[in-house]
Amino acid sequence: MTSVEFVDVVLLVLLAVTGIAVIRMRNLFAAVMLAGIYSLVSAGLFVVMDAVDVAFTEAAVGAGISTVLLLGTLALVGDKEHKPQHTAVLPLIVVFITGGVLVYGTSQMPPFGGVDNPANQHVAPYYLEESYDATHVPNIVTSVLASYRSYDTMGETAVVFTAVVGVLLLLARGPLPRRIHHDGEWMTVPPGTTREALLEKFKAEAEENAPSDDGGGGGGGMDGGGGGLDGGSEGGSR
Amino acid sequence: MLIPFIMIFGLYVHFHGDYGPGGGFQAGVIFASAFVLYSLVFGLGNAIRVLPPKVAYICSALGVAIYLGVGFLGIILGGEFMDYNVLAYSYTGQHYGIIGVELGVVTTVFGVMVALFYAFAGRRRVDS
Repeated sequence: MTSVEFVDVVLLVLLAVTGIAVIRMRNLFAAVMLAGIYSLVSAGLFVVMDAVDVAFTEAAVGAGISTVLLLGTLALVGDKEHKPQHTAVLPLIVVFITGGVLVYGTSQMPPFGGVDNPANQHVAPYYLEESYDATHVPNIVTSVLASYRSYDTMGETAVVFTAVVGVLLLLARGPLPRRIHHDGEWMTVPPGTTREALLEKFKAEAEENAPSDDGGGGGGGMDGGGGGLDGGSEGGSR
Repeated sequence: MLIPFIMIFGLYVHFHGDYGPGGGFQAGVIFASAFVLYSLVFGLGNAIRVLPPKVAYICSALGVAIYLGVGFLGIILGGEFMDYNVLAYSYTGQHYGIIGVELGVVTTVFGVMVALFYAFAGRRRVDS
């Protein structure tokens, strides 16, 4: 076994172990971390296969943003998974049968990346040979992605935008808390507070503090912070 | 401390998409991660002051518009839709075109990631 194949086997075994661990872990926080590790190991696999752009994207999206968003979700739903109520024997059998059929089907395929593969005979040599002459862009992945196949990338960008529109339609809950500057300090104001309501509140506080003017400086600052906290608890009970 | 370096690295990845690994999607995610780091360190209120959610939503739509704009620029300058060769003399047009469309991709991905982060981070937990 050559050294490249050995690295491939090690990475694939790591991938399988991490995948099984993600499924079996009951603590969701650890599962999210393991999912990030899964993504990083697959990025390593892509690097071994000489697909550096894909590895870059996989590491950035899978191990980066995806982990952050999953952790944000965990902060909302809690990190203990309930014990499953049924044993998954039948799905396991189905998965094994499907996997076995897949392995049997792919055992007849030509070796990965071979020169004489039918997949490498038509478009790939064209891109490899003509790309630099036509575009003078050294990175063939970028030239194919952004120049030869620019329509597809346009569609991808539109899909990403549509995905966020869909997510926001489901999840966006309205305005977020705002921070305002009042009396020389910053305070957090719950969402939905109008400017008139704030002005009234500050005027009422100023009138309260006017009689007790000797300790007014520190008192005014403290009440500003207290008013902010009251506003926060109002927002919580609403 | 790290945040400007991450942003510069994101810009580097974007502009060097022609010569090394990188391009629009990676650069957009790196930019968004710089912003998420800012929000983790300085708090969500400050992050919202720096980049209101409306701006993130606008960014995600603006990226698609920039992408299409580069395509229409090809038509305006006399070629076909998304024809990079008319954008500048000789092969520089290809570079301009690629950086332009990747800028669209960067803006959309940045806006999308920040909008998703705000959608998750601004919510209160519902105790069951």
